[in-house]
Order: sequence, then structure tokens, then C-alpha cells
Amino acid sequence: MFGQDFTGRKLQIINRRMFIIGAAKLVIFTGIISRLFSLQITENKKYLTLSDKNRLREWRLPPIRGEFLDYFGNTIAGNLKVYQLHVIPEQVEDFKYLMLRLKEILKLTNSEFNKLIKKKNSQKSWETLVVSENLSWEQFAKLNYFLHDLVGAKPVLSVSRDYPFKEHYTHVLGYVSEASQKDILNNEAIKKNHVPGLKIGKTGLEKSYENDLIGTNGIQRYEVNAYGKRINQIDHQEGLKGKTIKLTLDTEVQKLCTKLLRDVAGSISVMDIYTGEIVAMHSSPSFDPNLFLFGISQDDWQMIRNNPLKPLVNKTIAGQYSPGSTIKPIVALSALENDVVSPEFKVNCTGKTEMYGQTYHCWKKKGHGVVNLRDAMKQSCDTYFYEIARKLGVDRLQETAFKFGLGEKVLDKTYSNEKKGLIPSTQWKKDKLGKGWVIGETLITGIGQGYMQTTPLQLCLMTAQLANGGYKIYPKITVNENDDTLEDIKYMIKKNEQYAKEKGDNPSETVEQLFSFIKEKKHQILYRNPENIKFVLNAMFASTNEIRGTSYSSRIKNPKYQFAGKTGTSQVKRITEKDRELDLKTIEIPYDERDHALYIAFGPYKNPRYALSIVVEHGGSGSSTAAPMAKKLFKLIIDRHELREKNKN
Amino acid sequence: MLHIHNSFNAQLSFFQKIRRIDYILLFCILLLGVISSFSMYSTDGGNILFHSKSHISKFLIFFPLMIIFSFFSIKFWHFVSYIFYVIVLLSLIWASIYGIKASGSQRWINLYFINLQPSELMKIAIIACLAKYYHRIQMDKINSFQGILIAVVILILPIMLVVSQPDLGTSILIALSGLVVVWLAGINIQYFLYSFLSLLVSLPFVISFLKPYQKLRVLTFIDPDKDPLGAGYQIIQSKIAVGSGGFSGKGFLKGTQSYLEFLPEKHTDFIFTLFAEEHGFIGAVFLLLIYITIIYRVLKIGFISRSYFAKLFCYGYGSAIFFYVTVNMSMVLGMLPIVGSPLPIMSYGGSSMLATMIGFSIVMSAKINHKQLIA
Repeated sequence: MFGQDFTGRKLQIINRRMFIIGAAKLVIFTGIISRLFSLQITENKKYLTLSDKNRLREWRLPPIRGEFLDYFGNTIAGNLKVYQLHVIPEQVEDFKYLMLRLKEILKLTNSEFNKLIKKKNSQKSWETLVVSENLSWEQFAKLNYFLHDLVGAKPVLSVSRDYPFKEHYTHVLGYVSEASQKDILNNEAIKKNHVPGLKIGKTGLEKSYENDLIGTNGIQRYEVNAYGKRINQIDHQEGLKGKTIKLTLDTEVQKLCTKLLRDVAGSISVMDIYTGEIVAMHSSPSFDPNLFLFGISQDDWQMIRNNPLKPLVNKTIAGQYSPGSTIKPIVALSALENDVVSPEFKVNCTGKTEMYGQTYHCWKKKGHGVVNLRDAMKQSCDTYFYEIARKLGVDRLQETAFKFGLGEKVLDKTYSNEKKGLIPSTQWKKDKLGKGWVIGETLITGIGQGYMQTTPLQLCLMTAQLANGGYKIYPKITVNENDDTLEDIKYMIKKNEQYAKEKGDNPSETVEQLFSFIKEKKHQILYRNPENIKFVLNAMFASTNEIRGTSYSSRIKNPKYQFAGKTGTSQVKRITEKDRELDLKTIEIPYDERDHALYIAFGPYKNPRYALSIVVEHGGSGSSTAAPMAKKLFKLIIDRHELREKNKN
Repeated sequence: MLHIHNSFNAQLSFFQKIRRIDYILLFCILLLGVISSFSMYSTDGGNILFHSKSHISKFLIFFPLMIIFSFFSIKFWHFVSYIFYVIVLLSLIWASIYGIKASGSQRWINLYFINLQPSELMKIAIIACLAKYYHRIQMDKINSFQGILIAVVILILPIMLVVSQPDLGTSILIALSGLVVVWLAGINIQYFLYSFLSLLVSLPFVISFLKPYQKLRVLTFIDPDKDPLGAGYQIIQSKIAVGSGGFSGKGFLKGTQSYLEFLPEKHTDFIFTLFAEEHGFIGAVFLLLIYITIIYRVLKIGFISRSYFAKLFCYGYGSAIFFYVTVNMSMVLGMLPIVGSPLPIMSYGGSSMLATMIGFSIVMSAKINHKQLIA
């Protein structure tokens, strides 16, 4: 049937062609093996990493925020245990159903509900969605009752910020609230530790100490499958709690400040005149920072925002006021230091004075009669100060004011919203306003009006630096390990004083040389002649403790509490001749046009330790409104002094 | 005439047949069966669940059947080749009309005890059919117009049916298996060159006929990272699994890529990926060596076969196994686009295993009867 030849040909061809294919096969198998080699051996590391990236997923737990303590170790910003409700969307089978059930059980409003849905869509499916940050016990119990029906909902015990002293520390501490996209972008520490719902400091110390307070995340590492389901926990890393920060503030004094300033706008600051420790610092009106923790309600927010007394402003550092007569100690000191006048220089005050075609009024219409410098300070005679300001000139006044801490930030970087105030000079006016200085402006600057602006904390620092004998101090609000002790400071001051005496004239420069090895803290001398300081302090004593002194009615006789101070009443509005004729009582004037009441003081007079400043916005006069507060404050401060000393580490 | 009669008369005793079995081939197939059972156990997450149960029982049925069928004379296989081809072709038509639809294609026939996929059987039938065709045709007819036309019709019919299912992977494998037989039979090289060139020219038209998902697969192959969670997902995850296996693998049942379900279709097309992840380079090369040994044995049986049919079938089938293995491996290693193609015996799938076993039966029969000639 088939010829042998044909079959032979066929066999020949098939075997030859099979050989060719066989060779090709070997080449291709070699190719596959080299591919395996390159994937599994050459690039093994790369693929191992990718495989781990597939299967391992980290869940970061919110870090526990550091606390704030007052000087006596009381927690003033702590962490409260709260019941929260978490949902991890990808672990929920029917997210819509769950959310609708939760809405029902927790009685969420439509806008809250929509906000949650929006939040869920903005984060990754395996990230925790915090449905409720602070469940009431009833809600928590109800949830647990229905839990069998709420697959994927997890009631958890968590911690949240808590301000036990509510409005007392609002402006000092600031408050925390959920981190915004901007917060995350601007701060590395927040970026690193961020988890959904993390609260961070928005203002105040909470903000400025964010990096210390924030702590670090706890990390839970899970093996997950392709659908993101957790299969098993690989590793758990505890996070570190943020640093605890101790403040120099005394809660009791702080509480008194709140009480004194209830219903008025204003500020009180109290400072240790050697250590610079701020004992109290309050701005009024205040509000409860706890309101911000779980999202403030629209009503509460509007109430705070629209309050005409401006509770959102920290008036202690960001309120700028004309110092009024509280500047007089500096004007007097400047005049003495520059040998413009002697304490015996006399002026006859008739209630007003004519200068360069303008009439300048003293606050006392009838005038003070013939007064010397001490009397002028004591009775706050404006006519006298117009005269010495004229002789002194604004530029020399500026120099002295700067020395004592006016015109620059007191706590420098601690508060981002601190204001510098303004101490004018002829150069300043030329630069900023492009106009020449007018001598009349010097006169009103001499009584703390005009361009001059100071913050309450600056006035407090100024008073402290006068009270300690004229030495620079460094205000602070936190207690740090390597702070100088009182003994260190007094020693340095004494050394300064001795050295100044030896070197004679112009001691402030030589002291800088002496203490050049101590880079930052030098407590340098702010005076030329210590007698001038003593004179000013004595005049302040007279103002409070001698008859006809402006704050005589607020004096304390007991030498233990006895303080010395200077009142100030700063005009908000230019007083017209008509106003003068009317001579209205404070309550008869519209609120916005009433004078600010100021008071600065230090005590105890014999051995001073504390200085304070009080500002009551539109409070009328310093002697009637502000000075009586100082009386109450010194009682408390000095009563607590021993406790404070004892508590020193 | 005489020698033909001689061979017809050379009846072998049962004992002789047993002795002539290719034990190396048998052992390799058994080894693959065992390895595949363990791999299936691993895909079930270390449990004997549906896939492992079904796979092991199928192997336990088909493997003995394969040995039993090996005792059929090679003449029997030669005799049934056309019938086999026609039956499978009819089943393909049946499947395209009454078949079970699943995941967008219609390729199964419900036989109650098994969902048969005729296209898998066609991979064998086409080789057997063409082998018989070239066995019977005379040398000078091979390159005649009529000779080529018949071969082309035998090839084209099933390919068109399978492409329309649609099942690109299987149709490519059917085409490759058939073409290699045609080539071995001695078709003029020029025809291959011409058809290859015309294929290149018509490629743009072919592509325009591709289903969108098939186009996507080709595009994805070119750049898998373009859409890592979509179409490129399979290739990327497979490469990660293989690559992370390293030299010695992550260990049995410890392949995280498959265990954590990152690996798609790990029971079927991507079983090699799982194996390479758990057993590493060593394991993968070992598995490849088993396949190489099988192919070598099949080709060797073809070499010693005296009958042209047996020789052509063995050469064809050996090459087909080579195609199945290389296409599957290249695919999961990211060297070829993802087209559905199982790894013989390793992959889950009854029809594929049945077809493979039938192929081995014929090869084994050829070995036992290698001295036999067929008229």
C-alpha cells in the first residue's frame, strides 16, 4: 500500500524537524529558568519587600497627650477616659445599614450624619472612623445592648483632653481640636503621629508646646489578606505619652483673677520679680475650652465669637492699651536718670497748662497746686509730667521704656499671638508715619497717652523690674529643670550691683562685659544710679499708702501685705471741651467710650517679691476699679508665698 | 505485504505489556499528581476542602484509567482518532449552543458527573487526528493543495469554535499543537513563512476583532504597572509571589501571597506561582525538570516507535506538553500576556486532566507497542 521509500522520507523529515524543535525547546526552557533565577534570586529582595507591603498593615493608635500641671502639681490639662464609638469601614459588611442604625440609636442629626459620611469618604477604608468621640453612659449602654445588630461598630474606651479648671486657664493653655489638613502639613510631629480624629493644640501653650505634648503613636501591626481583613496580629508597640509640662501658675491666684474680672473685659498678670515666674495670668472674659473638644456647637461658638467683650483675645499679651499714668514711674525715672530734673523740681499745677497754643489738662480740674516729683507721682499730677516730658523729650523716654521691657514681646516665642506694643520716638514717627514729631505729642506721651501702646504683661514686667531694684529678669511660664534658683539670681544681682559700684558711671555696659560668659542670663543693671530707682519705688509707696495718694483707699496697713502701686486711667477717646463741662460719671458714658482702668503694683513693700498689673477695659478710673483688685490679690499672693516657696522642688 | 502481516501478528502477552510500560514516565506523572495534590491542599489554606478533594479524587480515577487504556493497542488509537476528533468537534458545537455559561464564556457541557470542557479534549484530538491524517497520506500529497487544505480545515474548525467561546488561551494551545504536527509532517517551510507573514499583516485586523478584555490583557502585558489594581493585578501579584519565594521558598503552606488571597486563580492557571512561592527557585526548577523528563520520555517513545502515527503523535504530544508548560510558566512569570492556560496535571480542572491522561495513554500504548506498524 505505502511504498517503503515514502515512509522512509517521512521518517527522515519528521526526525530532522523534531531535532530542530527539540533544540528550540531547550532554548526556551533555559529562558524560563533564567527568568525564575532573575525573579527569585536576583530580585528576591525587591519582591520580598513588595510581598510584605502586601500582607503587613500598621494601625496607628492615637498618642496620649502630655499633661499640664500648675505650680503645685495639680493637673490643669489632663486626659479623661471617654467612651467612643469606632467603625472600621472595610470590616463592615453593610456600611449603610450600620450607619442608619447608629444614627437612630445615637440620635444623630442629619448634618452630623452627613459629616460622618463625608469623613468616611475622605479616609482610607481601613482607617478608623470615629463615629462618636464622647458617648454618654446612656448611649454607651444602649449601644452595647444593640451590639449584636451592629456588626463592625466598636465601642471603645479612649482618652480625651480635659480641662478641669474650665475657664480659669483658657487663654494660657489654649485648647485642642481636631487637626486640620493645614496643621498636618505645617508640623512634622503632627504629620508623623497623625491618626484620624487626633486632636492637637490650636492656640496657647497647647499649640506652642505641641511637639513636646503630642507623644508617639502606639503601633499595631497586622497581617492582612487581599481584602484588608486582619488575619493575625504580628506585633504591638506601645506609644510614648507626651511630656508633662509644669507651669509657674498658681491655680488659687488664677481663680481669684477670674473672680475679680467676672463680667468685665480685662486682664490680670502677677509675676515673681526675681525669677520672672508668672504666678497668674488671666484674660477676661474667658470661656470653657472643654466646649471645643468634641466640636463646639454652632450656638456656643456664635456666643463666644459675637461677645462684644472679645473672649477669644488673650488680652494679657495681645491686648494693647495706652498705659496712662502707669507709665509715670518710667517717665520720672527717665527724667532722673538723664539728670533732666531733680526730685526737688517743682511745678505749679492749676488744672491745665498752655503750651504752644494748645491747652493740656490735668485730670484734677482744680489743680494740685505746687508739687514736687514725689507729690506729682503720688497724686498723678498730669501738669507736672507734661513739663518733665517736655524737658526729657520722647527719644530719651523711649530708651528707658525699652530697657524696662516695654515695646517688645515678653514671652517671645511662647505665644504666637503676643503683641509688641508701641513705644514711639521721633525716628519712629518719621519712618512709620512720614511726619515730623510734634512737641505736643511728647507731652501726652508723658502721661501714657498718644501713640504709646503696652500690653498688660509688659506693664507687669516693667513693674517687676523696677521693684527688684532695677535688674533685668526673664519672664517665664513653665518650670524647667535648669532654671536658676532664687539664690542664683540674687547672687548674680548682688555681683552686678557691687561691680557697678566699683566701676562707677555707666555700669550697665561694664556689667555686660563681666557677665559675658553667661550668654543669656545676666540680670543686667537697668539703671545708672540706684537712688533713682529707690526714689520711684518710694513715690509709688506714697501713691498707695499716703493720704491723697491715688490708690490710698486700697492700701493695706499690715506690713506683711503692704504694697505700692500706681494707678492709670487711659482715655479711649479724645476728651472734648464739651465732655469736660459735662463731667459725666463713668456709668453715664457709653461703654465703648469709658476710660480703661489700670493699676500696677508690687509687694510686700519692705521686701518686694511680686509685681502685678491689672487692666479693666472701660472700667472707669484706675483708683476706683483696678486698685481695689490689687488689694485682694496681694492678700492671697502673699498668703500663698510660703506654700510656693516650700513647693520649690 | 509480508512485513505488515508480521507486525499484525505480533500479539503481545499481558506480561510483556507490563514489562514494556515506561516506568520513568509513569513515575513522573505520579510524582506530578502527588505534588499537585499537596499544592491543591495548600491553596485550600492547609485544609482538605473542595478543590483538593476534587483534584485528588480525579487524579485517583484518571491515573489508573490511563494505565488501563495504555494496554489498548496503538492500532485501536489509530482507529478511533478521526471518530474522537469528530465527537469532540460536535461537543464543541454542542457547547457553543447548549453549554454552561460561566464568567463570560460558554465552554462547558454538563455531563452530570463532570462539567466537561471539550476544548481541553480538542488539544489531544487535534494531534491524534492530524497524526492519523499524515499517517495515511502519501509523502507527495503532503504539500499538495488538497493535502494542505484538509489539514487547514481540520485545524481551523476547532480553533474558530474555541475562539468564539471565547477562550483565547485554549485556542492558541490547540493551534500550536496542531501546527507542530503539521510542521513535523513535512509541510514546506515556505508555507509557514508565508502564513506567518500574512498573520503579521492581518494582526491589526485580528486585534480589532478581539474582545475588549482580551485587548486589555495584551496591553496589560506590555505595561502591567499602568493599572496595578485592575488588569495588571494578576501579573504583578504573581511576580511578587514568585520573586518573594527566593531560593528555597517560604515553606509549604507558608506562601503569604496565596494564603492571604493576593494571588488570583491560584488553583488553576497560577498554581505554578504558588508552588514557586512556597518552594522557591529550587522547587520551581525541580518541577520544571519533572516536566522536561516527561517531555523527553514522550519524545523518546516517539523516536523508537516504528509506526508513523505513533511517532507523529508522540512528537506532537511531547511538543504540546512543552507548549502547555512554557505558555503557562511564561504567563505567570510575566513573559507572556495572561491567557487562560492550565499547567498539565498541576492545575485544577477535570477536563484538562482527562485530556492529559488520554494523551499519556496513547503515548504509553505507543511505548508498549512501539514495534507495531499500522497499515
